[in-house]
Amino acid sequence: MNAIEVKDLRKEFKAYSSRAGLKGAFRDLFTRNYKIVPAVNDISFTVKQGEMVGYIGENGAGKSTTIKMLTGILTPTSGEIIVNGMDPHKEREKFVRTVGVVFGQRSQLWWDIAVQESFRLLKKVYKVSDADYNSHMDHVIKTLDIEPLLDRPVRKLSLGQRMRCELAAALIHNPPLLFLDEPTIGLDVLVKLKIRDFLKEINEKYNTTILLTTHDLTDIEALCERVVMLDEGNIIYDGSLRRMKEKWAEGREIQFEFLESPELARLEAITKGLPVKWEKDEKSQVFKTVTGDDDELVSQIIAATVASLKVKDVKINEPSTEEIVRNIYERGMV
Amino acid sequence: MGKYLEMIRIRFLMMLAYRTNYYTGILIYSINIGAYYFLWNAIYSGKSEIEGLSAVQMTTYVAVSWMARAFYFNNIDREMAMEIKEGKVAVELIRPYSYMVMKTMQGLGEGIFRLFFFSLPGMVIVALIFPMEFSGDAATWGLFGLSILLSFMINTQLNLLTGITTFFLYNNAGLIRAKRVIIELLSGLLLPISFFPLWAQDVMRFLPFQGISYIPSMIFTEGFTGQEALQGIFTQAVWVILLVFPVRLLWIAAKKRLVIQGG
Repeated sequence: MNAIEVKDLRKEFKAYSSRAGLKGAFRDLFTRNYKIVPAVNDISFTVKQGEMVGYIGENGAGKSTTIKMLTGILTPTSGEIIVNGMDPHKEREKFVRTVGVVFGQRSQLWWDIAVQESFRLLKKVYKVSDADYNSHMDHVIKTLDIEPLLDRPVRKLSLGQRMRCELAAALIHNPPLLFLDEPTIGLDVLVKLKIRDFLKEINEKYNTTILLTTHDLTDIEALCERVVMLDEGNIIYDGSLRRMKEKWAEGREIQFEFLESPELARLEAITKGLPVKWEKDEKSQVFKTVTGDDDELVSQIIAATVASLKVKDVKINEPSTEEIVRNIYERGMV
Repeated sequence: MGKYLEMIRIRFLMMLAYRTNYYTGILIYSINIGAYYFLWNAIYSGKSEIEGLSAVQMTTYVAVSWMARAFYFNNIDREMAMEIKEGKVAVELIRPYSYMVMKTMQGLGEGIFRLFFFSLPGMVIVALIFPMEFSGDAATWGLFGLSILLSFMINTQLNLLTGITTFFLYNNAGLIRAKRVIIELLSGLLLPISFFPLWAQDVMRFLPFQGISYIPSMIFTEGFTGQEALQGIFTQAVWVILLVFPVRLLWIAAKKRLVIQGG
């Protein structure tokens, strides 16, 4: 069964622009200039029940807009959305009982009152029975280690403490589908690890589907098999994280440190005939070159270099996910 | 229903969390009642009655208007404006409840809190200082209770309408302030409606504002009795029902053009 089915989803916003100067400001009083900007541009994808999907993209790529349409907050301009077998916007009240949402940037707990009061209200709102609440939430509270925070007002919590409470609040009704919009923003490593472990656990235990947006790619690496990448409202990649790395990795980077720094021209002369380009880091006197997909090239470069120069240190670096993604962002649509 | 009762409880807790607001509120209301008491005393100066109200009835009118205001008045329009501007309304929309009903319940929680911890003790203190007349008739109290509940409904619906306009105007602080002044003036809080010129009274008969303050206060001071009181309550009820429609329509329109601010 598919938890999420999206077909040709599109959302357009009107972007107003102000005219320049005083005269322009007066003209703006009567007619305003605007142009229609598509934030999400006819995207389609499906997510199966129990999948953990990372939804990534630059700032303003349309990630949050998509999540808001999937949760029924925003009305799509066109296209079809079926989430948990329902149209989120048409059957809003019934639909939202089946999803949990965490917005990293805004709190859904009541600011001035103790955390447990918020939980109590949400328990009533979602009509969770005492038995269900106790068996499920006791575990959640223990795993996230928020027991000592329950009687404190939300405004007195630190960001990490609050975020753990937010996550618990989103899970009170044990939803089969969880949307997380930048859940680890601004958190320290320990809290991040705790949250990741917890997400993995509920995914295994309840087969919860998780759709996660984040700028921290280590989150994605730790949690998600599948990645959907968005750029300017279009899906530019949808598939496994490993395949993405293979597809976009630009070979490996070899770093040399020499006993006596040679001229760049000298290095180029040594590796003449090989498809490489040398770079020199002036500060640390390290010379770098990038190999293509060709695996033999690595040994050829090293062999040629070592044969004619005295080498102090050699490093071969795999590109990190972060670098790959940065490359994709920089190049834009692929 | 449970969730709405729970919301009233939460609002109670929030009111308790902000004790200073509560104390300054008592002070402001006492000053207002005192000021109007002396003002009306000066206006009456010797006259036994104006427009059918005696000086003592007038003092009671002023005191009860302000105390009733503590119950029906709330800032949910300002809260909504803030929630919409800061994008918090997104969180409200992912909950399985009606935002409009929830806001009304929050207002009611606030109102009930102030009725018991503010209006009642306040009224006792005011009655000790200024000469006032309380009806001994249980029916009057019953009608008054019903009437202020309806004034709460009318005032809240107007607040919801003002709040929703934030979706269209993005910044409606001016509108909120204007609404507040209009209600204070046209609801009979500052001046009983029978004191307005006749043509103005004719116009105001067709507006919902007199249902907010004038009708319940007149019932309490027994300016309205019997048939007149029932008629007043009927007018209020009609307005409560009539105002449901614009609130619903505007809310549907607002959801369609909802833009969540800030990411």
